[in-house]
Amino acid sequence: MDILIYGTINSVALALYALGFALVYGICRLPNFAHGALYVLSGFIAWTVIHTLNANLWVAVPVSLLATGVIGAVIYRLFLIRVRGMEISEIIASYAIALAILEGLRWGGFKGMTYTLPVFIEGSVVIGGISVDYQRLLTVVIGAALVAALWLFTHYTRVGLALRGMAQDERAALMLGIDSDLMAVVAMGLGSMLAAFAAVLLLPLGNIVVESGYNVLILAIAVCIVGGIGSWMGAVMAAFLIGFAQILTVVYLGSHYQMMVALLAIILTLILKPSGLFGQQKELEERV
Amino acid sequence: MKTANQERRRERIDRGIKVRSDGLYALMSWRELGYLTAPRLVLIAGLILLPAVMPGLYWQRVITIVCIYSLLALSFDFLAHYVGLVSLGGAFFVGVGGYLTALLNTGWGFPPVIAAPIAAILGGAICTLLLLPCLPLRGVYFAIVTLMYPLFLARMIEALDILGGTDGIMGIDSFPYAWLEQYGIIVLLLMILFGLRRLVTTDLGLVMRAVKDNDQAVKASGINITHYKALAVFIASSVGCLAGACMVHTYMWAGISTFALDFSVLPIAATVIGGGSTLVGPVLGCLILVPVSELLRDFGTLRIVFYSLILLGFIVFRSEGLMIYGQRKYQQFERWTRI
Repeated sequence: MDILIYGTINSVALALYALGFALVYGICRLPNFAHGALYVLSGFIAWTVIHTLNANLWVAVPVSLLATGVIGAVIYRLFLIRVRGMEISEIIASYAIALAILEGLRWGGFKGMTYTLPVFIEGSVVIGGISVDYQRLLTVVIGAALVAALWLFTHYTRVGLALRGMAQDERAALMLGIDSDLMAVVAMGLGSMLAAFAAVLLLPLGNIVVESGYNVLILAIAVCIVGGIGSWMGAVMAAFLIGFAQILTVVYLGSHYQMMVALLAIILTLILKPSGLFGQQKELEERV
Repeated sequence: MKTANQERRRERIDRGIKVRSDGLYALMSWRELGYLTAPRLVLIAGLILLPAVMPGLYWQRVITIVCIYSLLALSFDFLAHYVGLVSLGGAFFVGVGGYLTALLNTGWGFPPVIAAPIAAILGGAICTLLLLPCLPLRGVYFAIVTLMYPLFLARMIEALDILGGTDGIMGIDSFPYAWLEQYGIIVLLLMILFGLRRLVTTDLGLVMRAVKDNDQAVKASGINITHYKALAVFIASSVGCLAGACMVHTYMWAGISTFALDFSVLPIAATVIGGGSTLVGPVLGCLILVPVSELLRDFGTLRIVFYSLILLGFIVFRSEGLMIYGQRKYQQFERWTRI
């Protein structure tokens, strides 16, 4: 029972990490190595708003979401758009941004155990003999709601449809009057906001540490590769696969091996089915 | 004035001496011979004389570190610009090479001069084997996996407490003579630099560059792409492992910090600043960046922020790099012409 509950929670957390990355990669074809950095950054923004402005959590969360979204969009507009389509430069530039943010935060003194975000609702509930705190439950609920909202957004709004059009065929989208540069900026903003969403939901469960930026990036990438890069359904499924695999590893082998699961999942996927579980659309392009 | 400018344009023309000495195999004069060899001689003589003009042991050690980073940057440049594989994990090569040579030295008692080359070859084989799954694929997989390996290996060593755990492996021999430590790596760097330059112009290098430019065409010619990519990764990771091995013998210590981010970022930054795809550019970049980073040592991780910002600035706004700019000035002249 605890495997089931904690596996689900872990899987939703992984899906939250991966959604933003999958969105940006699917739409701009940009492997956003700054994803983990934006995740940590939004945590620090929320922390700063709460502790220096003495603001309420309910103020801090929207501020941090918006700020991270804007920062992501600005980063894209100022730097990444200039190297668009140049694969080597895209990777290096986004990695450089990630390092600048993360190591800058580390230098700025954000390290150690003292930085925590408050949970949304205190307390816990007992499900099937296991005590689960409300924050974790809330994560599952909001995570599911977020996936549903994204699905609705990309299927029933103009911007969402434009984004999806761009992901499918950029030239055709351009011919239909979709401004692909603008949409890429929007996608990057949205992706950053999703990273911030994950941060405000999941960071209260632990401390804000700079290292988690790298971990989140790796987990997000693992989920995207296993699920098939660019496929959202695949990402969600893969999140559950890896999430449960991780929890099972922790229970039966020990927590040292938890991060190994992600690496193993990537390597196995690349050997057995390089396009991922559900990534049929780019299969021919990526396989040499 | 402005209108006058609009009617003219700047054109670049190869210098006569370049055309003469480039196209003909028989050199006509000492001047042409000098034109061709001067840049190379300046580089070789400069690198060899550099330790002699450095004040004090500390800066001589910095030169050794410059050479170690240059080797890493060379391996990055070779992989990225001649084979099309972006490696974000120079630290992976350094770590594998460093730990291997440490084990060979402390476990089996090989002297450093033998342990380091063995570690380079063996490490290259191990890295290639570990990276093999992502070689048949295009796209970002190689970058992602190389980014992950150093982080994972460091964490595994820490968590499982193998290979000395967080303390690292101590009691590694240093090179027997100080001059060997100082000049060995410089000579090695020059050999590898000119060796790689030669390699990329051979048939093998041609295939590798073709893999970068159009892999389908290479495949259509009946050539196994994965095989050539693996060979290139082996060459590059051996160079990286050699750099790691030399570093470990210089510091007489191998620890988790051999997987540190510095080894991944600085070579990339040096390559971008120095000019990618020139192979000399990365060395130039390291000669600039490493001393600066030594001066910034007091600032801790701010150094990494500093490299990343330089890297970002150069790659986004000035992507050609210093070396290509220099080459252009050396080989071409510019003039205004009427349209």
